[in-house]
Amino acid sequence: MKNCEYQQIDPQALSVTPLSAQNLGEKKAQSPRRKWEVFPGKNRFFCDGRLILSRQSGILPLTMGLIVVTCGLFFAFDCPFLVKHLTIFIPVIGGVLFVFVAISLLRTSFTDPGILPRATPDEAADIERQIDTSGSSTYRPPPRTKEILINQQVVKLKYCFTCKMFRPPRTSHCSLCDNCVERFDHHCPWVGNCVGKRNYRFFYSFIISLSFLTSFIFGCVITHITLLSQEGKSLVQAIEESPARYPLSLVICFFSIWSILGLSGFHTYLVASNLTTNEDIKGSWSSKRGAEESENPYTYNSIITNCCVTLCGPMPPSLIDRRGFLPPDEPIPAASASDIELPPFRAKNDANMCTQSTKDVLERVVHSSDFPVLCSPGTPKTTPQVLNVSSRAAPTSEPSPSVGCTQQQARQSAATACPPFSRSNKRDSLHSINPAFRLASPSPTLSHTTLILGDAPDTGFNPLH
Amino acid sequence: MLAFPTILLIKLICIRVNSLCRPTAYRTSSNQLCSSKVFIQRHYSSGTICKFQTKFPSELESRIDEQQFEETIQTLNNLYAEAEKLGGKSYLEGCLASLTAYTIFLCMETHYEKVLKKIARYIKDQNEKIYAPRGLLLTDPIERGLRVVEITIFEDRSIGSGR
Repeated sequence: MKNCEYQQIDPQALSVTPLSAQNLGEKKAQSPRRKWEVFPGKNRFFCDGRLILSRQSGILPLTMGLIVVTCGLFFAFDCPFLVKHLTIFIPVIGGVLFVFVAISLLRTSFTDPGILPRATPDEAADIERQIDTSGSSTYRPPPRTKEILINQQVVKLKYCFTCKMFRPPRTSHCSLCDNCVERFDHHCPWVGNCVGKRNYRFFYSFIISLSFLTSFIFGCVITHITLLSQEGKSLVQAIEESPARYPLSLVICFFSIWSILGLSGFHTYLVASNLTTNEDIKGSWSSKRGAEESENPYTYNSIITNCCVTLCGPMPPSLIDRRGFLPPDEPIPAASASDIELPPFRAKNDANMCTQSTKDVLERVVHSSDFPVLCSPGTPKTTPQVLNVSSRAAPTSEPSPSVGCTQQQARQSAATACPPFSRSNKRDSLHSINPAFRLASPSPTLSHTTLILGDAPDTGFNPLH
Repeated sequence: MLAFPTILLIKLICIRVNSLCRPTAYRTSSNQLCSSKVFIQRHYSSGTICKFQTKFPSELESRIDEQQFEETIQTLNNLYAEAEKLGGKSYLEGCLASLTAYTIFLCMETHYEKVLKKIARYIKDQNEKIYAPRGLLLTDPIERGLRVVEITIFEDRSIGSGR
């Protein structure tokens, strides 16, 4: 997280000024943009939002290059000899493995790892209201955690300052991509993307198939040299015959085998025990941690079930809706944009969703003439006024802002004037809603180190590859 | 001599501040809808599966039956459980996908996506039949990243409505 400074969401700052609504007529001429174009995380998108990659993807071309060069050398020089002396299946197996590796790599790199979209301004304000017990806007609260029980195990949910929400369990914020990722494993520079819930199975199949491929190529090259030396030439002579290719293939394979095999073995262990790299490194469920015995609450206590769940479980959908269209421009107040680091599309999306649905609700309800149910005392007066709203909304070129303006402004008045929604009542009721919610308020130093621990594995793990 | 202009200036500032603080809704026309939102958070006691809390929020007390609300949320929870169910069918789909290097997902809709469409239809249905007549609107959780169920409460703030 770049900016760890706490910034309280001020619901008042979300109000829309009437003047800015008039500027919308000019912006209407713009073509509709897709949501990926205004995505707040550090990601790159290709093919109009279909493919997603981390912005820091420097080593991915190297990974691809190494694989292609090694396989190319293998097919060009070793296969003809081995086909002649052994069997035709050697290049076939090599080809199948190469295709598998390439597809797995591409799917790992270009799949959304399970990014959680950032909280909408209303959600963030709601959470702020729940947590802000002091009531003072100048006081900076300590970093927040929420303790919940999962399978009789206490789990701490941390509040993400960037995404403005409590992270679900097993979710972590990747500082390189600036996104919260579900079931965050690690950020892999070799594939140029985070490895999380949605692409872990692709990553695992990539490293397993790569282990097989490197072992296969290594074995074939050794076989080639052995056969050459058996034909009467010495080992040195055999190597001298092709000075360029053997050392390169051999060296690449030799060094990569140890690291890839080691990594495959490590991830097989993680899959079998339903752990993530993040949890393993932090020792979240290690029994040595303190006096409390903490067990992994997510494990199914069976290796086969854990493997099936992780690798063959249902494929969750992407939550970020990259290719959805942004709603028509909503006025975003400049003041709040500088105070609160929120991307414009969320405020737009939220306000317009509300106004669109308001319109739908109103139109539907008016047509079904159920509206009088809403407000009993003033029934005869309200119906023509509602009709006025919907008729005014339809013909104008900018229906949503006018309704949205008044909605936003009216919401401010609602917060202050509507008795059922008074702040104190809401706060009390919200506290009573969730009895498991406990505000853990450790000392600032302890919480600060906790935050650091949370972020360090994201960057510190990279050299492991 | 200087006291009078100072007092005038202070009064002008106070008037200006008051005008800024006055709820602007009452300056505009009376026929408008104000809305507030209630967020139903996720319930994590069973792990990371998608499940929402069924606790009835107090803001909805005057609007809808507690039982009706709980039934809606429970049905949503059941639908999400069906989407994430681990069973023979999902394993078969997963194994087939892994054997084809996950290329079948490019042509086939996953079981999860099918259930999500079912959920979208259910929410639309609930909105039309139960929530819209009461001035409420359910937002599909997938539009909020499966974090919350957002319920928008519409209130008619027109003069004479008595609210």
